Amino acid sequence: MAFLTLEGVSKEFGSFTAVRDVTLTIDKGEFVSLLGPSGCGKTTTLQMIAGLVEPTEGRISLDGRDITREKPNHRGLGVVFQSYALFPHMTVTQNVAFGLEMRRVPSAERMERVREALSLVQLTSFADRYPRQLSGGQRQRVAIARALVIAPPVLLLDEPLSNLDAKLREEMQFELRRIQRKVGTTTIMVTHDQAEALSISDRVVVMEGGRMTQVDAPYRLYEQPSNAFISSFVGKTNLLAGTWRRNGTSSAVDIGGVLLEASAPEIAAGTPVTLSIRPEKILMRDAGAGRLEGRVASRFFLGSQWLFTIDTPIGTMMVSTPNQGVEPPAEGSPVGLDWSPANLRIIAGTAAAAA
Amino acid sequence: MIARSSTLSAPWLLAGPGALFFFGLVLLPLALTVILSFHAYDHSTGIQNTFTLSHYVTVVTDSYYLEIFWRTLRIAALTTLICAAIGVPEAYILSRMRDPWRSVFLLVIIGPLLVSVVVRTFGWSMLLGSQGLVNQALQLVGFAPARILYTETAIVIALVHVMLPFMVIPVWTALQKLDPMVEAAAWTLGASHFTALRRVVMPQVTLGMLSGSLIVFGLSASAFAVPALLGGRRLKMAATLVYDEYLHELNWPLGAAIAIIVLVANLCIMLAYNRMVEARARRTLG
Ligand SMILES: Nc1ncnc2c1ncn2[C@@H]1O[C@H](COP(=O)(O)OP(=O)(O)O)[C@@H](O)[C@H]1O
Ligand SMILES: [Mg+2]
Repeated sequence: MAFLTLEGVSKEFGSFTAVRDVTLTIDKGEFVSLLGPSGCGKTTTLQMIAGLVEPTEGRISLDGRDITREKPNHRGLGVVFQSYALFPHMTVTQNVAFGLEMRRVPSAERMERVREALSLVQLTSFADRYPRQLSGGQRQRVAIARALVIAPPVLLLDEPLSNLDAKLREEMQFELRRIQRKVGTTTIMVTHDQAEALSISDRVVVMEGGRMTQVDAPYRLYEQPSNAFISSFVGKTNLLAGTWRRNGTSSAVDIGGVLLEASAPEIAAGTPVTLSIRPEKILMRDAGAGRLEGRVASRFFLGSQWLFTIDTPIGTMMVSTPNQGVEPPAEGSPVGLDWSPANLRIIAGTAAAAA
Repeated sequence: MIARSSTLSAPWLLAGPGALFFFGLVLLPLALTVILSFHAYDHSTGIQNTFTLSHYVTVVTDSYYLEIFWRTLRIAALTTLICAAIGVPEAYILSRMRDPWRSVFLLVIIGPLLVSVVVRTFGWSMLLGSQGLVNQALQLVGFAPARILYTETAIVIALVHVMLPFMVIPVWTALQKLDPMVEAAAWTLGASHFTALRRVVMPQVTLGMLSGSLIVFGLSASAFAVPALLGGRRLKMAATLVYDEYLHELNWPLGAAIAIIVLVANLCIMLAYNRMVEARARRTLG
């Protein structure tokens, strides 16, 4: 079922390796995000798929055909650039029609398909405007229409939403997913925004310093991050450094003398580990009723939830609780923290890389 | 009260030096030239203090002058065309170069501007002369020696060399403003390199090409050193003609009339061209 595959793809710029040994298989109709901090090689990876950057090593194939050395104008992939790269001297219609013109689609059919594409992105009434007369969100939709109208086998999106303001970005995420579902095009989206990657993708590929470090469905990525970097980059988390202890059948993490019960069968006793627990997995109880005693250091009201920082014997912990309509503990009040041991994730090694 | 009057006079004071400069160095000599061109001239007694239109009538009816004007127009247009044909691709290649090379080649292109036109023109006259390098090379590969010096060809070659930077620089500036991803977008949509250049890059550098063409045309049509040194005594252009009327014939009023006609003709051509191309470019580029 593999539709698009990357096998051991690397890219070197001089002595600098921007992308290192990326191997990835994408199925037809899938929506995959490349997620990572700025400069980790996402754009380079996307442009190698598009044919705009030639890989130093590795193989890229599409639907069984090796396209590693194929020119971009023969690949026929739809690309939405970070800057949108619309043709400034052409109207919206002319921009969208360009790809069809290059394919020598007869003019009647061309106009029909342009009209359909514009109605898909809800820009029908802007058909005769020039790009400079459009807002950021409208330009982005023109770029999507221009890429989709040629019915590409794969749609490549490079941070398509990063130039939009928060509210519009949220709307466009749903819009993008709606369009993708409707058209069914295999889509790869580059983003540095973890919330965006989690909310619209079928699978997320995390990249760090040119390497692929985890490929998983959003839910699994969030619940089972494979390293300390990912657990803090994807969502918020509390990272605590400790030592693994084992006593017969029970095991625990020792953090400065405090033992927290946890299970991670394959780790040897005495190994330094990092413990990760999400703020929403911690329950706040009355003082004395939890596994750990603490005191509220500060609290922030976020509307749908409260975010607390709690001083505890093992360090400061972030805790979030849903807004239940009653006033939660005030700053300075003692509280007890509780959690289900299954929600503690143990990551081998120290949290040095996580910061 | 004082503060108020000083704020009112401030713009005038600020614009004053520039305006004075412009008036003294451009408008005044121009007005004097216009007045001079209407004075009568007599070969034995010199400039008369009587009003006449005869110089203008002479210029526009005498085929000798018309031929020179026609040649000037032809050479300037040809130079502009060749400069565009060489300069635009050159600017494009330059804009796609990586850094050490880009700076080196930019210097190579702008470098000639640092050498006097007269010196460069003498250089060309040595190269193109009957025993020059070009003819020696022609003979070496078995061709008959060609007469290049003192022909329109020589003038066009040297003018293109002198004017090329004025075409490359505005086009290069326009290319710098272009998002390189726009060209890449055209490729991903199926356009070949050539089609992407023609349909996407070229239309966006029209304004740069327009300003380059105007500068090259204007400077070529009024060029003096190149036609004077490479055209010889007989092959005259407008500027050398004016020079001759002033300094050889000593007929200053006729020289002034020619200068005014050249100025007006140049202005008309450039304005019309500007109108035509800019209107089109503005409509789409804004
Ligand atoms: N043409 C290039 N020449 C040299 N280095 C480059 C080039 N393109 C990208 N890089 C480098 O490769 C790294 C990855 O870049 P990029 O793929 O654009 O990152 P991202 O899109 O994840 O922010 C960066 O450190 C960048 O400086
Ligand atoms: Mg990028």
